[in-house]
Amino acid sequence: MAPQLAITLVFFYWPAGQALYQSMLRQDPFGLRTRFVWFANFRKVLADPAYLNSIQVTVVFSLATAIVAMVVALLLAVMAEKAVRGKGLYRTLLIWPYAVAPAIAGMLWLFLFNPSIGSLAYVLRSLGIAWDPLLNGTHAMILLVSAAAWKQISYNFLFFVAGLQAVPKTLIEAAAMDGAGETKRFWTIVFPLLAPTTFFLLVVNTVYALFDTFGIVHAVTGGGPGKATETLVYKVYNDGFVNLILGDSAAQSVILMAIVIALTAIQFRYVERKVHYG
Amino acid sequence: MKFFGFAAGAAATLTLLSTTSAFAVTQISWWHAMTGANAEVVDKISKDFNASQSDYELVPVFKGTYPETLNAGIAAFRAGQAPDILQVFDVGTGVMMAAEGAIKPVAEVMTGAGMTFDKSQYLPGIVGYYSKPDGTMLSFPYNSSSPILYYNKDIFQKAGLDVNNPPKTWNEVWEAAKKIKTSGAASCGYTSTWLTWIHLENFAAWNDVSWATQQNGLAGGDVELKINAPIFVNHFQALADLAKDGTFKYGGRTSEAKQIFLAGECGIFTESSGGFGDIVKSGMNYGIGQLPYDSDAKGAPQNTTPGGASLWVFGAKSDEQYKGVAAFFAYLSKTDVQEYLHQKSGYLPVTLAAYEATKKSGFYDKNPGRETPILQMTGKAPTDNSKGVRLPNLPQVRDIQNEELEKMLAGQQTAQQALDNAVTRGNAAIKEALEN
Amino acid sequence: MIGQSPLRTFIAHAVLILGILIVGFPIYYTFVASTHTLQTILRPPLPLLPGGQLWNNYSEALFGGIGRIGGVSVGQLLLNTTIMALGVAVGKICISILSAYAIVFFRFPLRMTFFWLIFITLMLPVEVRILPTYKVMVDLGMIDTYAGLIIPLIASATATLLFRQFFMTIPGELVEAARVDGAGPWRFFIDILLPVSRTNIAALFVILFIYGWTQYLWPLLVTNSNDMNTIVIALRKMVSFADADTEWHLVMVTAMLAIVPPILVVVLMQRWFVRGLVESEK
Repeated sequence: MAPQLAITLVFFYWPAGQALYQSMLRQDPFGLRTRFVWFANFRKVLADPAYLNSIQVTVVFSLATAIVAMVVALLLAVMAEKAVRGKGLYRTLLIWPYAVAPAIAGMLWLFLFNPSIGSLAYVLRSLGIAWDPLLNGTHAMILLVSAAAWKQISYNFLFFVAGLQAVPKTLIEAAAMDGAGETKRFWTIVFPLLAPTTFFLLVVNTVYALFDTFGIVHAVTGGGPGKATETLVYKVYNDGFVNLILGDSAAQSVILMAIVIALTAIQFRYVERKVHYG
Repeated sequence: MKFFGFAAGAAATLTLLSTTSAFAVTQISWWHAMTGANAEVVDKISKDFNASQSDYELVPVFKGTYPETLNAGIAAFRAGQAPDILQVFDVGTGVMMAAEGAIKPVAEVMTGAGMTFDKSQYLPGIVGYYSKPDGTMLSFPYNSSSPILYYNKDIFQKAGLDVNNPPKTWNEVWEAAKKIKTSGAASCGYTSTWLTWIHLENFAAWNDVSWATQQNGLAGGDVELKINAPIFVNHFQALADLAKDGTFKYGGRTSEAKQIFLAGECGIFTESSGGFGDIVKSGMNYGIGQLPYDSDAKGAPQNTTPGGASLWVFGAKSDEQYKGVAAFFAYLSKTDVQEYLHQKSGYLPVTLAAYEATKKSGFYDKNPGRETPILQMTGKAPTDNSKGVRLPNLPQVRDIQNEELEKMLAGQQTAQQALDNAVTRGNAAIKEALEN
Repeated sequence: MIGQSPLRTFIAHAVLILGILIVGFPIYYTFVASTHTLQTILRPPLPLLPGGQLWNNYSEALFGGIGRIGGVSVGQLLLNTTIMALGVAVGKICISILSAYAIVFFRFPLRMTFFWLIFITLMLPVEVRILPTYKVMVDLGMIDTYAGLIIPLIASATATLLFRQFFMTIPGELVEAARVDGAGPWRFFIDILLPVSRTNIAALFVILFIYGWTQYLWPLLVTNSNDMNTIVIALRKMVSFADADTEWHLVMVTAMLAIVPPILVVVLMQRWFVRGLVESEK
């Protein structure tokens, strides 16, 4: 316990404290001129329509990504359990994308799935769909969710496969003898037993969609068109890292921290109680 | 774990000490953002400089994209670990200029080392952009480019357009684009990279109209954007109208549209002269022309402005280090080094001598397109409208402009509304940035 | 085993193949691109089948083009990346298994406070706290060291959470039994907890190895020497979307090199940890 606390203190709380302090400053990027402004940065950020828009974008994006990534992964995992022949091969082929670095994945999406000339876009257009994520906000969001979920499917898949294999076969066979159909068996026996896995993945996926996707947003849409895909984390990055407005950016990360703590508390209070352990 | 960290740190310090004492040479660090073939040029120039003398060792370090490099430099400065030389992209110029306590003007570095810096030896359009209003040179231009027009000769042929005569004005571009589309020669007539840089900043300079007050921000002080003047509105309304049926195709905020042009989807294309290499390598039957101008503008064509990056020197270094930096800049100004840089990387030479030497070598006869951006930038002496644009928060203002233009191209607002919004939001952002 | 109708089996296979097509396509396409000439890549759309340049491209990237990644050999880059990935994986597993152990099996004051203190860190990605963290690294003199690359990435709670979830599924009887047998806390940890956790350790190892391998922004900031670069940085250095010519065919080869080692880890480890997990729970 002690080592983790020590590392956490030095490499997390110290920087986080500095972020908190920074969020009450107006400062030029080089730190040459500094003014202490108390909560002016927070007031400014919260009054900014662009910020409120980005909250909305983030909610839609995170939910869609977490749901798509988990549903697809669960479906594939269940199918992989069923396909007796070639199970190992399927599994092996399905988990590859997990090993791709976000920085590389972004590059590949940009190069291979470029909205205007990529093969995906080409297929869609030949089907007569006016695919234009560069100017159509909804299309941009769909593209972004696909890219973000794509990256996460393998991870979820691995966990669901492990979870499914841990379900005692005797239980299922007993239910089958009782005359329970396949769908019913899944929802009444298998799914509840997967609950701890599902809960863990829910937390991880939400956090992933909230935070770890800025690289993908950066590469795939850059927050555009307009501000249609500007998520909270991308805004923190863009305001602080690109536009160098440090005070605003720090205030936003403090707000983010607060949101996340609240979300986690809710998840723990209401979701964890309902899930089964062992 | 904590102990391990300190131990490792101590070990690293020890090795650092031992290496510095082993070499009598002064190390000069140069953080850059050059990738691909340009990264090789950086390495080659550094190696050659190190071989050319024995007092200094230049150490180039790649620090990511332009914004990443700038941030690495800023973070390092705040931690007291700034490099000697930092490459900063054009839109970061305003940020660096505002940080007077952090940097040392290149002019001072040179004179401090006992060297004279003769500005008349350099391309005026480039040097002017990196100088203070009083003419003091602040940073050393490393890589500069300017937007030009590319066109696909095969598509021109199919559309019945003159293959050897690219459109010269925007009206001619619109007409040619429509012809390409209606004749079925290609699915789109025209596309462009960097709308903000090409269609706002360079459009203003090339047509000699004001982009913002205070000489586009170069004279400092309170700056207000002027990009909702009628000439801009007419230009963007034309673009928005062409976008409706796909005659103009939007490719993205930066260089993404290059892929559309390379794929043969569009016949005409405006892009940085630095994008030349990919177009040559793709094997396309291409042609090159000057950036189009607006036939209604009186002074057009005036001159285009540079994009790219320059080298900034951080303050609070030792005299020995500044001497090394000055020696490197002097080396970088040498005609053969500039010639190599220009011909290998596709960026513009910064000295007139290098340009003349390249011309004499017959390079432009073999590569006619490579001279176009230089001619564009040096054709006329720059006016108050054409020295470039500078704001403390140019990246943010460009973001705002891109957002409004994207809404316009999606048909959600007219050009007038888009540019009015861009001006209002942009001015508010500038004002706030100046308050900081 | 429950019998299945051929139709259901067929559907299962169809869904899986479709899934593989969607999930694996970008990687396959990268491989395809790495076997074509630069000219083919530059004039999209790219063909769906590999081209004939496999040997040429790979030998050029491996033997001819080594100088092009900042004068650092591909071997050194891969070594750096491996050290970093292993360090992150092993370090994080060690500290988080101990923390989770303490949180789950010991009753001590402020137990939940400590848990929360650690848990909140799960939420903040390195990017958001990157500048202050960088300052800390400079103060500790850890720039350009492997320790500097590794330790800040250990400070996050994903692994602790996973171990906690798992430890809570361990039946109380087991703990009681150990206590009755007179096993001290340390013996309990070594003899009982570690063996039953080995599958989770394997799973985490995979996850954290990949996490360490794929970092970009942090290594970029804390390494000032090219010799300390990772393969992901080197790859990004080769790619220019803006001004320069990019040797896309060689970039794609390097991308394959950067992707293959973690894929191997995933593929080899997954067999082990999925099998292990099933055995331990039966």
